[in-house]
Formats: sequence, C-alpha cells, structure tokens
Amino acid sequence: MNIVTSIDAVIDRIEDGMTVGIGGWGSRRKPMAFVRALAKSDRKDLTVVTYGGPDAGILCALGKVRRLVYGFVSLDSIPLEPHFRRARQKGTIPEVIEYDEGMLQLGLRAAAWGLPFLPTRAGLGSDVMKVNPGLKTVRCPYTDTELLAVPALKLDVALVHMSRADVHGNAQFLGPDPYFDDWFCLAADQAFVSCERLGLEGTDPVRNIINPTMVDGVVEAPGGAAFTECPPDYGRDEALQRRYAATAKDPAAWDRFVEEWLS
Amino acid sequence: MTASIGDICAIACAEAFRGDGRKMVSPMGAMPKLGARLARATFSPRITLTDGVATILDEDDQPAGWMPFSRVFDTLWSGRRHVMMGASQIDQYGNQNISAIGDWARPKVQLLGARGAPGNTVCHPTSYFVAKHNARVFVPDVDFASGVGPSRGAHEIRCVVTNLGVFDFQGPGQTMRVRSLHPGATLEQVAAATGFSVHAEGDVPTSRGPTAEEAAILERLDPGGRIRGSVG
Repeated sequence: MNIVTSIDAVIDRIEDGMTVGIGGWGSRRKPMAFVRALAKSDRKDLTVVTYGGPDAGILCALGKVRRLVYGFVSLDSIPLEPHFRRARQKGTIPEVIEYDEGMLQLGLRAAAWGLPFLPTRAGLGSDVMKVNPGLKTVRCPYTDTELLAVPALKLDVALVHMSRADVHGNAQFLGPDPYFDDWFCLAADQAFVSCERLGLEGTDPVRNIINPTMVDGVVEAPGGAAFTECPPDYGRDEALQRRYAATAKDPAAWDRFVEEWLS
Repeated sequence: MTASIGDICAIACAEAFRGDGRKMVSPMGAMPKLGARLARATFSPRITLTDGVATILDEDDQPAGWMPFSRVFDTLWSGRRHVMMGASQIDQYGNQNISAIGDWARPKVQLLGARGAPGNTVCHPTSYFVAKHNARVFVPDVDFASGVGPSRGAHEIRCVVTNLGVFDFQGPGQTMRVRSLHPGATLEQVAAATGFSVHAEGDVPTSRGPTAEEAAILERLDPGGRIRGSVG
C-alpha cells in the first residue's frame, strides 16, 4: 500500500504534550525537514527523546520542549551544542532526563518489545541515578545481582530520516551507521520516515532496516537532513552549522536565522 | 635523542593498552589514538581499532569490519573494550565528569552529557588522558559523576595519563596514586596542579621514553610530531 504523505500532514498528527523520538545521532542524519516543520508549528510541551544534536538545540531554543530525554547533545565538529548549553544554563528546559546513552537504547527496546523495563549495569553508581530519582533497581531472581531497571521509553511519534525509501515503508540507510532509527520506529505508536529519494538502491536488502510493519507514513524530502550529514548523498554543511552555533550568543542573529532557515 | 613530553605521553597511552589482548580499544582524541596505534604495532597486536565512525580498520588502515553504535554497545556491555576518555573533572576517587559544571539542575557550564561514561566504567577497563594537568580538572569531588571510580563500582580504572605523569587509583581507600612521573616532572609540581593530595610511594619511577623501534613507528604514525607537539 502506498503510504506516501507530506511533512505538514505528519506534523498535523503531533499534538501538544506528545512524546516525540527523533532519530539520527548528534549532527548526523537528523530528520531536519521534520524538525524545521515542528519548530515552525505551534506545537508545545513536547517530550523529546534524542541522541541529541541540533534538533535538541533548536526545539529547546524555541521553547517547544517541556522534557528532554538524552544521553548527550553534540554537533560533532562542534562538540558542545551551544543552544542546548544556553537553555540548560538559563534553566529554560522545564524537565531534563539525562541517561547513559546506552540506557536510551534499552528504553527504546523495552518500549518496542512491550516490556516495562530492561535491566542493565550501565548507570549504576553514577549520578545519573541521583538526578533521576525515579530510576529504580531490581534484584536478579537467579543471582540476586542488583541491576538498573531502565523504564520503557514509549513514544507517541518517531521521526527519522533515511537515505532511500519505497512508497510502502521499506527504508534504507546508505551511510556508515543505522544509529537507532529502527528502534525509534519500533518504540512509537506512529512512525514517520523522510527520505532523500523515493526508490530503493541496489538489490541487497541488508541496509533496509525499516520495513512497512514499523512505519505509518513516508515523505520524500531531498536534503531533509541538512545541515547535518547524510552520506553518501552529502556531508555536513559546516558553514551553516557554524552560523547556527554562533547565533546562540547573538539574539538578533538567532531571530534572523529562524526567519530565514525556518521559512 | 631526548624524548619529548609528547613522546612520553604517546608511550604512556600505549602502555595503558598493554595486555589488552583481543579487546577493542576506543581512544578519544589524537594522543590516545596515537598510543593505541603504537600499542597495536608493537606489544598489543590483537587489539581492534576503528576509524572512530563505524568501520574496523586493519594495520594498513583498510576496512576490515563493521562497528556501528549498536555493535559498540554489544562490545562494551560484554566487556570486550578498553576506552580512553577525556575528562572535564576527575576526582581523588576516580570519578569523572563530562556532564556539567556546577549544580546539575541549573549548571554553570553545560558540557556534553553523561554519554557512555556510566556504562563504560562499570563494564570494561577505562583510562583517561588529560593533556594539561591542573587543579580545575583534578578536583576533590566531581560536580557530577558521569564515569564512576573504583569505590562506586568501576570495572577497572586502568590509569590516567597527563603531561606530568601516569596515575592510578590504588592509593589508600582506592584514591589517586602516582604510578610514574614524566622526566623533569616533580611531585611538587603534581601537588600544585592537583586539588587534592596525591598518594606517592617510595621512589616514584620515571615514565619511560620510546625505544628506537617505537620512535620510528611514532614518526611514521605522527609525521613531524604534530600530535606529540600538542602537549607540553
């Protein structure tokens, strides 16, 4: 079945207060076409779950985020994300959930598999436990070992950007790493894939990590990850990323950036 | 030829990976990476290195395997890894901070976030490289424990390499201890550049410089000493 849709139609499915998972990693293959549309919309009070990059910085700077769930936020070539830093240092993100980055993956897997939690050692002993007092540990019924129970990170909506997709919802990454985009989709009630181009490449299906059972809509969005990288189609637009980063120190430049880049 | 402080640091980073057998070594930063490549070229030939993205590279830097992030987690949770990370703060107990400076609820300086440090430190050997040993990094207590030290359940904090020496956490009560001082560095210098007292036992050894073979390999891996020249 053809499930091709549009960016605006996807944003229409997102409501105030929803939990939105955003795929990619740092400043790599982020679904920026979706992020721009979400930033432009009047949606608010979102919980955003992300291996954070400019998606986190932009949505926090625009006050869209009520709760941010992350393991890190980085622009890669600019290690510290300046808009995220500014929001944290000004205290403008109402709720912040900082996990070990592996915990994030386990939370997504638990949600995908319909489990209330998954156990791990990652996080034990660290201040991740202290700043997230809701985190609990469990005792292994076999060995009595104490383990951290990472709660399921159930998403209302997942947004990911892939290299290619077909109209049915098969989608492939052509770059070096699938990241956790498949798990974002599996953890979500509704998952939407934007892609550089409609039409799958080649005959080897091992890069098709997303299939129709996991997807509610596909959008063709060439350049839809820019300014983050989307190899092999394009690298990161470092000049634009530098300009974006510099706006964190200059409100007038930020206003101009928002006006130009989000319009 | 006298070894430079960069040569000494490269050897000290390499020595951190001695005996790592078939582990994947993940060096964060140029100097740890240089040390890891030297270790593989000499006394730790079985360690696995990647390009830092998702490809395993062989000795000739040719693609030999796939290591996407999901496989990195599989590798690290199974203990088959030794990471050498940086640190914005390290305390006397070997806890490390890369999350935030000040009160975490509203930080004075927001850093990267915990990233993989909590999981790394409890699952497999971890070392640190600090290019400029100073009291802003070496603090009595970290503002936020991203990576945990031995008393909070670390698997193994192998060592900390700085521009002054090599340290571990086998001092009294699992606190920081000098393992060796680099040539020219003194305990007084270390004390002045550290925000807590560092344990030292007897005659502290001097960190070794490269052998002739290692010096040649370092020059091949770091032509002109660009990486080695970055520490002083």
